[in-house]
Amino acid sequence: MNVIIVGGGKVGRKLVEDFNGEDYDVVLIDIKSTVCEQVQDDFDVMCLNGSGTDLAILNEAGTSRADLFIAVTDNDEFNALCAVMAKKIGAKRCVARVRNREYFNQLDFMRNALGINLIVNPEYATANEISRMLRFPAAIKSETFAKGRIELIEFNVDSDNALCGKAIYEIYRKYKIKVLICAVRRGDDVYIPNGDFVINSGDKLHITASHQDLAKFMREIGIIQKKVRTAILIGGGRISFYLAAQLLESGIRVKIIEQNIERCRELAEYLPKADIVCGDGTDKNVLGEEGIDNVDSIVTLTGIDEENMIISMYAKTRNVDKIVTKVNRVSFAGLMENMGVYSIVTPKNITANIIIRYARAMKSAVDTEMLTLYRIVDNKAEAMEFIVNRESEITSRPLADIKIKKNVLIAAILRKNKMFLPDGNSILEVGDTVIVVTTRHISSLGEIIG
Amino acid sequence: MNYRMIAYSTGRILVAVAATMTIPLALSLYYREGNVIAYLIPIIISIAIGAAVSIKTPKNKSFFVREGFIIVALAWIGISLIGALPFYISGQIPKFTDCFFETVSGFTTTGSSILLNVENMSKSLLFWRSFTHWLGGMGVLVFTMAIFTAKDTRTTHMMKAEMPGPIVGKLTSKWQFSARILYLMYIALTVIEIIFLLFGGMPLFDSVVHAFGTAGTGGFGIKNTSIAFYNSAYIDYVISIFMILFGMNFNIFYLMLIRKFTQIKDNEEIRWYLCIIAASALIIAFNILPLYKSFGESFRYAFFQVSSIMTTTGYSTADFAKWPMLSQMILVILMVIGGCAGSTGGGLKVVRVMILAKVMVRTIKNTASPRSVFSVKNDGKQLETGVVKGIMAYLVVYVIFAVISLIIVSLDNMDFTTTVTSVIATMNNIGPGLGAVGPTGNFAAFSPLSKIVLSVGMLAGRLEFYPILILFSPYTWKRS
Repeated sequence: MNVIIVGGGKVGRKLVEDFNGEDYDVVLIDIKSTVCEQVQDDFDVMCLNGSGTDLAILNEAGTSRADLFIAVTDNDEFNALCAVMAKKIGAKRCVARVRNREYFNQLDFMRNALGINLIVNPEYATANEISRMLRFPAAIKSETFAKGRIELIEFNVDSDNALCGKAIYEIYRKYKIKVLICAVRRGDDVYIPNGDFVINSGDKLHITASHQDLAKFMREIGIIQKKVRTAILIGGGRISFYLAAQLLESGIRVKIIEQNIERCRELAEYLPKADIVCGDGTDKNVLGEEGIDNVDSIVTLTGIDEENMIISMYAKTRNVDKIVTKVNRVSFAGLMENMGVYSIVTPKNITANIIIRYARAMKSAVDTEMLTLYRIVDNKAEAMEFIVNRESEITSRPLADIKIKKNVLIAAILRKNKMFLPDGNSILEVGDTVIVVTTRHISSLGEIIG
Repeated sequence: MNYRMIAYSTGRILVAVAATMTIPLALSLYYREGNVIAYLIPIIISIAIGAAVSIKTPKNKSFFVREGFIIVALAWIGISLIGALPFYISGQIPKFTDCFFETVSGFTTTGSSILLNVENMSKSLLFWRSFTHWLGGMGVLVFTMAIFTAKDTRTTHMMKAEMPGPIVGKLTSKWQFSARILYLMYIALTVIEIIFLLFGGMPLFDSVVHAFGTAGTGGFGIKNTSIAFYNSAYIDYVISIFMILFGMNFNIFYLMLIRKFTQIKDNEEIRWYLCIIAASALIIAFNILPLYKSFGESFRYAFFQVSSIMTTTGYSTADFAKWPMLSQMILVILMVIGGCAGSTGGGLKVVRVMILAKVMVRTIKNTASPRSVFSVKNDGKQLETGVVKGIMAYLVVYVIFAVISLIIVSLDNMDFTTTVTSVIATMNNIGPGLGAVGPTGNFAAFSPLSKIVLSVGMLAGRLEFYPILILFSPYTWKRS
């Protein structure tokens, strides 16, 4: 598949890295020659030095043959213009990053009028992710499949956890709750475990289950799910704005601490229900005064990674239950994640994941349709949701008789709105939604057959 | 430094080259030469070494510029040592330094030989000798890249080290695909030349071997008198034209394939290259007119020699060591200029000379009017200062390398012309020089020390100095 990316910034580079690892032909267009040189040295892609709105450059990049055209520079109007030009030249699908709120409000109109297939708003997507995290506070991360009917969460096994030292089959036998441990991260390695796998303290488990079962399971193993009722957001940027709006809607009380008085006034105007505090969120006294000791959750969203990290660490010492930290630099995100207690969001990864998911869905074969794709465990594994939409080899026999590739796990099946966990006797049917967890790259259900 | 990754990549290249050695092995069986063992031993050695280090993919794949350059340097030295074994084991070249010199000369597409009588050598070895030209011309790394599927993303560092020219661009977004296109075009052009030569009445074996020599711009012949043996104007012109084609940037052929003719027209380097060839051929043709019967004849010899030297091939149809001084001087200058970037030719490369000339003009103008602002352009695009500085640095390295080689080679106490042109002819990957190493002479008379120095010069010239310098620099091996 031919992919053209305009803009080699944080997201552009991440996309190049991800596409390059898979079977895509990538051309990157960037106005800075240093960026081009750097990317060309690091990845096996072609780089063109020039503007994404320059017709000659677009032609040289082969836009007329492109399957996917992605504009992710830091300028909304430029991205939209690139995408429109690419579409006119003949690119099959176009993606543009547009983050301005005014544009975002008229999203449908822009999509239709300009012919842009996917408009990504990094801040909005990040806010979505954070609000999911706050809804399931025991998990470091949580994703949902099948319109929220199935959850996939990541959580940390502490040394006093009941699961410690138990093999997975023992866990299933003991609790008799329909959950599936589908991936385990131990140190830098990722395992797709079988029944004999023994859980150690420090492991990070990825579990799928329905919402109710998951809550029950967490209760049984001694992790209490406390609902988040209040939240403090440090920093009043775009993410804060979107997040506050979403949280307020689901009945969570929100307090935003922002330094800039102008921005505070703006926020107060658009978010009348939220408490807006003008002050320095890195100041211990301000945090104390605004009730860090009583709040359920704190989300650090300033523009500076270090500040976010330090505020989160401080919040931890004040026993805040749920802490979400925004970290722009991925290398730091790893550092925080290793400490295990923080939930990390990295906007550029979230944006890149949305675009990759879109690209992968384009590739998926005819007999199945990919609905969602989440990259879990530091992008080392993927969880995907497919719809089986016609008879094929995979629907012909019980799963035990199908030779499935190594490191591929069918985590859950959803049939007629009821979720069940597959075993060897299960047979897939047309219309099923199937959730697959794997450390490989696949884009259709047929590819899991070994 | 990631030693595991260096071993892995070098090992794969060894295996790939060993695999190609099965062709002369088959020929040896076909001609019943009885020296099968001469190929079997190196094949087994290199596959054993190569497989041992490359059977398992290294866990740590981190890989930077330094590793890339070292891999390229090691791989080229490695294949030269392995490639020398058939000559040594078969006993057709008794001394190992001579075998090494001959093989390096082959892979680096130089074409300098230590053989006193080429015609004595067995056919399969002659084939192997010329085949090293063909492989080395486009690059063994490009070859390995084209056949092995690799998911390494940082291959650019290696490709940069092997591909000639100051700016390396690829044809498509993936290196592997680019490498395949390059080799396909390379194979196609070689086959076309073989067909043309067959039409000229050249025997099949000779056509194939000479086409390999032309394609890699190498110049190993199989007759003592090189191409003059056939004494045919048709063959002379066919080889001349193909030499010129192989001395051009291969991107041009790709642009032709995808029908982007305007980009070809805008390519300044090709224009300079063709103009230099035409002008030199005309001047020499007039200069040597008294030696030949007609202008047609003198032009034929001048044109052949000029294309051969400019593209750094080194075939000859006339003993230009006996030509007037002006012609000899022009040829020596052409030796230094060399072919185009991205071709199989050696030398400084036309584009470097062109940019240096432009910088010189600009500097003179700037000295006269210090406040005026000029820009140096190539193909209508402004050149980055980094590229210009890189070329200047390259020239300095080139001169220093030549000076050191000259001093060591002078220990042999040959005459001035021989000493100087032997270094120029090897470092620029041409083949024959003037004096005792002229078209009718050879490099046999040099001491083993000089042969090793000249071999290193050939490798350094082919890889454009940096990989070899980095390999032998103590700084590289310090822990950081």
